[in-house]
Amino acid sequence: MPVAKVNGVETEFEPGMTVLQVAEKAGHEIPRFCYHERLSIAGNCRMCLVEVKPGPPKPQASCALPAAEGQEIFTDTPMVKKAREGVMEFLLINHPLDCPICDQGGECDLQDQAVGYGRDGSRYAENKRAVEEKNMGPTVKTFMTRCIQCTRCVRFITEVAGVPDIGMISRGESAEITTYLEKNIDSELSGNVNDLCPVGALTHRPWQYHYRPWELKKTETIDVMDALGSNIRADSKGAEVMRVLPRVNEGINEEWLSDISRYAVDGLQRQRLDRPYVRENGRLRAASWEEALGAVAEKLKAAPADRIGVIAGDLQDAESMKATLDLFRALGSANTDCRQDGAVLGYGPREGWLFNSGLQGIENADAVLIVGANPRVEAPLLNARLRKIWLAGKTEIGLIGEQAELTFDYSWLGAGSSTLAKLPKAAMDFLNKAERPAIIVGAGALTGAGGPAVLNALGALAKKVGVVADGWNGFNVLHTAASRVAGLDMGFVPGQGGLTAAEMVKPNALDVLFLLGADEVDPTGSNAFRVYLGSHGDRGAHGADVILPGAAYTEKSGLYVNTEGRVQMADRVVFPKGQAKEDWAVVRALSGLVGQTLPYDTLDALRTKLMADQPTFGRIDYLPAPASFDVGSLGKKGDLGDVDFYSAVRDPYLNNPITRASVTMAELSAQRIAPVAMAAE
Amino acid sequence: MVGILEDKDRIFTNLYGLQDWTLDGAKKRGAWNATKDMLDLGRDWIITNVKNSGLRGRGGAGFSTGLKWSFMPKEVKDRPHYLVVNADESEPGTCKDREIMRHDPQLLIEGCLIASFAMQAHACYIYLRGEYVLERERMEAAVKEAYEARLIGKNNVHGWDFDVYIHHGAGAYICGEETALLESLEGKKGQPRLKPPFPAGAGLYGCPTTVNNVESIAVVGTILRRGAEWFAGFGRPNNTGTKIMSISGHVNRPCNVEEVMSIPLRQLLEEHCGGVRGGWDNLKAVIPGGSSVPLITREMSEAALMDFDSLREMRSGLGTAAVIVMDNSTDLVKAIARISYFYKHESCGQCTPCREGTGWMWRVLERMSVGEADPSEIDLLLDVAGQVEGHTICALGDAAAWPVQGLIRHFRHEIEDRISQYRSRRANFAGHAIAAE
Repeated sequence: MPVAKVNGVETEFEPGMTVLQVAEKAGHEIPRFCYHERLSIAGNCRMCLVEVKPGPPKPQASCALPAAEGQEIFTDTPMVKKAREGVMEFLLINHPLDCPICDQGGECDLQDQAVGYGRDGSRYAENKRAVEEKNMGPTVKTFMTRCIQCTRCVRFITEVAGVPDIGMISRGESAEITTYLEKNIDSELSGNVNDLCPVGALTHRPWQYHYRPWELKKTETIDVMDALGSNIRADSKGAEVMRVLPRVNEGINEEWLSDISRYAVDGLQRQRLDRPYVRENGRLRAASWEEALGAVAEKLKAAPADRIGVIAGDLQDAESMKATLDLFRALGSANTDCRQDGAVLGYGPREGWLFNSGLQGIENADAVLIVGANPRVEAPLLNARLRKIWLAGKTEIGLIGEQAELTFDYSWLGAGSSTLAKLPKAAMDFLNKAERPAIIVGAGALTGAGGPAVLNALGALAKKVGVVADGWNGFNVLHTAASRVAGLDMGFVPGQGGLTAAEMVKPNALDVLFLLGADEVDPTGSNAFRVYLGSHGDRGAHGADVILPGAAYTEKSGLYVNTEGRVQMADRVVFPKGQAKEDWAVVRALSGLVGQTLPYDTLDALRTKLMADQPTFGRIDYLPAPASFDVGSLGKKGDLGDVDFYSAVRDPYLNNPITRASVTMAELSAQRIAPVAMAAE
Repeated sequence: MVGILEDKDRIFTNLYGLQDWTLDGAKKRGAWNATKDMLDLGRDWIITNVKNSGLRGRGGAGFSTGLKWSFMPKEVKDRPHYLVVNADESEPGTCKDREIMRHDPQLLIEGCLIASFAMQAHACYIYLRGEYVLERERMEAAVKEAYEARLIGKNNVHGWDFDVYIHHGAGAYICGEETALLESLEGKKGQPRLKPPFPAGAGLYGCPTTVNNVESIAVVGTILRRGAEWFAGFGRPNNTGTKIMSISGHVNRPCNVEEVMSIPLRQLLEEHCGGVRGGWDNLKAVIPGGSSVPLITREMSEAALMDFDSLREMRSGLGTAAVIVMDNSTDLVKAIARISYFYKHESCGQCTPCREGTGWMWRVLERMSVGEADPSEIDLLLDVAGQVEGHTICALGDAAAWPVQGLIRHFRHEIEDRISQYRSRRANFAGHAIAAE
């Protein structure tokens, strides 16, 4: 490896590194505003100036300068110090210095670096520039006077989010960052520009003036708004989750977060179930836990085992599902299902329902066939990765399903199952010639009666074109629910002769229907005694005979398995609302009342049982290496028919009880989804 | 005869447009003569001769043209090579390229062919300044004539397929910076790129590109026809050749004139321009190379030679050889404030020191020009200029800082006088309040 000297100390570096990276490697902090590891290099803030020998006798922007063998880098000479002071002064002369009322205050790069590298006072005696605020939509609040024109937001929106919505207009002092004619940023990743902004020019509009960063308690946890399991940090004040920010996880979300995961938190404060209810004479009335659980136990005991059933929801943690599954199996019921969307998965080897290549691994694919999925809607961060590999130019992407507007070009191969039955030659060619082809199949292709046949046909295709090979497994199921893989892993599917979710909600199918946070099935047809255990007064609670208040994802510690099969543990950020209890504890209490006491008294004991029964749960934060499996045996051979595939998620902003309770999500839905529907009419 | 250069040695024989600018006229004056023979001698011969002639870029920076050409990859690989001619002549005071394009367009087109051949480029873009409408029409007509005569184009008489495209800019000064010009040519916002990579590695559309000034390209044909030694015979070593100089301001006859390099500034002004208005003693200062270089005083002007090295020794520069002459009637502070305003107006806004510093300098200078400032602000201004200079992506930051530095270096007393005059008329003044705080 080449060697350069940083402040006189020899430092090895990898070829291609910049001077800034080499200096950081040697342990010297280089101040910067415009430079960001995941964006292209702009070199325009000039804060990272260092002295380099050999080179011109003036400071160089280290972020853009390639390091070279034998180079001498100086980060602490008088010239560097003066240059930094100069740039800092320039940045501050037109900055309003309204830190006391700025949302960025306390976590502001400009503040920190002004203290670290700036002068003690201002020499600027002229009037400061003022810039009008811009409208950028419901997620981004702008104070453009504070902007230092680092263009991070422009680069993020153009490069990562893939929409041309932010740009810099005018020149010189009049340069302004703006959207085109006050247009909203039409990207599902728009919130990230607020994180990227090194000053308070772009801040989170939904949380404007809600908190000061130093008041917040910070808890690292896992997001459940989609099946990726993005790593997040939830910041709380008192009993309220104030905001959600991304944590770095290269394997999943890099350091981005979708708007839904970020801004749905206000939904945690609304429509909450905070005490048990029982229905009396057709009306719900508040009840005590004893009364409510007693009523449920009575009904469960009275009903025959094949006349009770449970459906698990999309946001459930693995522990509560495990407890419920154990309870219903103990009661002798086979009517258990976690697949509210009806996708027929969960049989055969585990690889049959995983995103086997891994989210990071998909970057190695040189051909990707998307079937019945809209990654931009279902998993925005996967979409960003697909855009990344498409931009690199080495991957061809094909799509079977609806022609959605993704942020990359793809060749549209057909609308649905008929295409799959007789795949066009072009599709076969691009998969055949690829070394590491991948198939991403969404729930949209697997729901419906033809699901097993579609799965089987895809398996056969995968086998034919070598999607599963030595050291490579490109067979990827893209789930839409955070709880789904955990449910499938533990076997939360109908047992021998059991009913599926869709069958359970039919009239006269059951005597007791237990909805474990299940809000995406329509239970109105069912005339069973309905129990809802969950956090929000949403579809599932509507019309329920007993409502048991549970904990939302930020209110309990729980295991979640993401679509790749990676087990992650979420942490409790705040306590459940009112009298609400953690879901597993409610099920455990119920088990005692029905005389089938579950063999665990603590969450740890429950986890031990879960891991004993299904060892994959024991490997937290672990992503298995691509394993080979018989991809050809998936599903059931059958008539593919002629069904068009649509994304399983119609409106991502109203896709679960939390988002449906969120004002921000309602606004986003109205602005981003509704106009599209209108245009289609 | 006035000046040094004899008529027989002029390259731009139609500089004043007194003769026919069309292809026929140009051919009579020697353009396109033996071009094919020059190409037949090979690209190494061309580059070696351009190097030997000592031709330094005429756009202002003065980098050796032959050396620049030799930076292009020796072989065309997967990416085509391009020649881009910088005709975005926007430096205040400069008006030389305009005359070439108006009156001797064929010399430029011929130079483009030779340079492109030497760099194995099959396409050349001429980027014209937005305000140059007549020049564009002239160039388009001249290119059309050259195509019709099969001097350029596919299967032309020279045996090197070659296309010339005229591109009309939108009138931004910054697009004269070579990488901003490439950005603009690609259809983007004209903002300079980070270097490295240099255009010879990744230029227009990411392909190897050389960007040359109009004058640098237009003289190439004549240099090769008459020999590198002929061209190298003018001027001092390292500052050879002839050069079009544009003299404006307080001289009796402002003019454009082709002269040898290293001509004494005083001789240039007195023989070609009829002297400074009111006599040499009435001279106050000279900006010798376009608005971006520091001014020099009368004493310095007496010794100055119009070449790169002499003016660099005086901490000024030859720039584009656009001499701006200012006599004693000139309000120098006001003049530099106006130049400062120009740079503030033309800064692209990409990088911090230039975006913020140009406005700051202009505002302070505007106040100083009426005396409404504190004497300590002179040093502040100098410091700010130093904070801009050398800290920016492109040279516009330097260009904005230099005139201010030149003013303070040589005419600090004028600013001080202005301030004390202003204060002597008032009981209270703005600086007073600042100082009291």
